[in-house]
Amino acid sequence: MNDGEIFGFLGPNGAGKTTTIRMLCCLISKTSGTARVAGYEVGDAADSLKIRRLIGLVPDNVGLYESLSAYDNLDYYGRFYDCTEAQRKERIPIFLKMLGIWEKKDDAVGTLSKGMKQKLAIARALVHDPQILFMDEPTVNLDPEAARTVRDFILELKKEEKTIFLSTHNLDEAQRICDRIGILNTRLRAIGTPEELERSVGGKKTVVQLEQANEAILTALRKLQLGEVSVEGNSITVAVASPETENPAILDAIFRAGGRIQSANVVGSTLEDAYLRLVRERERD
Amino acid sequence: MRLSKSWDVTSKDFRMFLRKKNVITSMLAFPLVITFLLSYVVGFVAGRSAVAGLLALLPSFTFYYAIIAALLPTTIASYSLVGEKMEKSLEPLLATPMTDDEILLGKGMAAFLPAMLATYLGASIFMVSTDLLTRGAFGYYYFPNLGAGAILLLLAPLSAVMSIEVNVMISSRVSDVRVGQQLGFLTVFPMGAVYLAGELGLISFDVITLSVVSGILLMVDVFLLFVTRTTFRRDEILTRWR
Repeated sequence: MNDGEIFGFLGPNGAGKTTTIRMLCCLISKTSGTARVAGYEVGDAADSLKIRRLIGLVPDNVGLYESLSAYDNLDYYGRFYDCTEAQRKERIPIFLKMLGIWEKKDDAVGTLSKGMKQKLAIARALVHDPQILFMDEPTVNLDPEAARTVRDFILELKKEEKTIFLSTHNLDEAQRICDRIGILNTRLRAIGTPEELERSVGGKKTVVQLEQANEAILTALRKLQLGEVSVEGNSITVAVASPETENPAILDAIFRAGGRIQSANVVGSTLEDAYLRLVRERERD
Repeated sequence: MRLSKSWDVTSKDFRMFLRKKNVITSMLAFPLVITFLLSYVVGFVAGRSAVAGLLALLPSFTFYYAIIAALLPTTIASYSLVGEKMEKSLEPLLATPMTDDEILLGKGMAAFLPAMLATYLGASIFMVSTDLLTRGAFGYYYFPNLGAGAILLLLAPLSAVMSIEVNVMISSRVSDVRVGQQLGFLTVFPMGAVYLAGELGLISFDVITLSVVSGILLMVDVFLLFVTRTTFRRDEILTRWR
């Protein structure tokens, strides 16, 4: 991971996302290999404490003390990181206000909604101003508005040059906020920017919607010897390397074969395509 | 080790227990009910001016407070780690730069201090009431004496520490508070066995015997401390014992 980037960690259930986060946060031991966090060796007893000082963790279960107030929960954790009382008094209101839960600061956590608890867990991970933030599915089970607040907040943290390791199932979320993405399925299958991953599973496709697709049109398109040609209903999809140069020939071939074109669009492979292909590769292995 | 961090854990646990009225009630009710019953028996025997009987009874009655000291921390100590597991707060707690020793000490103090406070409260009431009830029979105040000092200042805290160590060990390996408490109650047996030995006349509750028992208990506590520290494995607590 690079400093100040949001790194998305995608993978199906059981892929090892939470286990990886726990290893990197020095909560559990690694069985093999090496890992370094902020230059410190994961697994080294002395370095483990240094790593834990530098990181913040938002676990998959919020793990807040339900009978304590929102403020007291944050204050309690702030103490473990040697935050002075003045620092805690300064930072806690900032995060609670940024996440829109300041009015609930004195309420027992047990009375808060799931979304508020999730926001509070994020604030807890930030109260000591960590360099690196590990977030394990921070928007899961949140309503769209709360999920958006959390996503916007993560982007705000990026502006403050925090390095964020974000585990998520939400491909759209990963595509929108992550600088780079790693796809994991018991081992790291691919790593790159969302665009690089999309390109890795193929180029673009031209989708032509016809009034009536037929065999003659398909034969004409195959004769062009471009990419793979497929049909679904009256929609024909042709894989293209360069839409700008190949689309005129495609449309011309359809027209000459008697096809009546309703619409034509160029679509690229999506992150979902890349994800599913990489995950299925593992299942085939 | 940073004692202030351990104290942070302790004070948080205090605040949480203060909101659990059933925990406070059971912590206070048990020693007070025992104290009332013991004082009633002392009053009854003193009323018959049975000095020999009183002298036989009072050391073993005082020994009850060492048993109470072992029993009281089970509620809080067994809740200590299981409670964190139940609230799913163990993972964020272990992700902080707290060392195992700091966490264990904090959890231990949270169970030790209220248990000893309740034990001493009961013992104080018992000693004062006994002195008032037996002054006429003895012609002097029975308490304080060296035997009671050995029981309350040595044996009681040592038995509380033993109970806490065993309970913390158990609670890091079970995921249900009730199971933790039921297993934790087993820690009362060693002190119960000493009491039984005294009642059967195998040992006497004199200062020398109590000091020897305290010495043995100290060694047991040191051994259990070593075992508790070595068996407190974050990996297993987070993964196997969920």
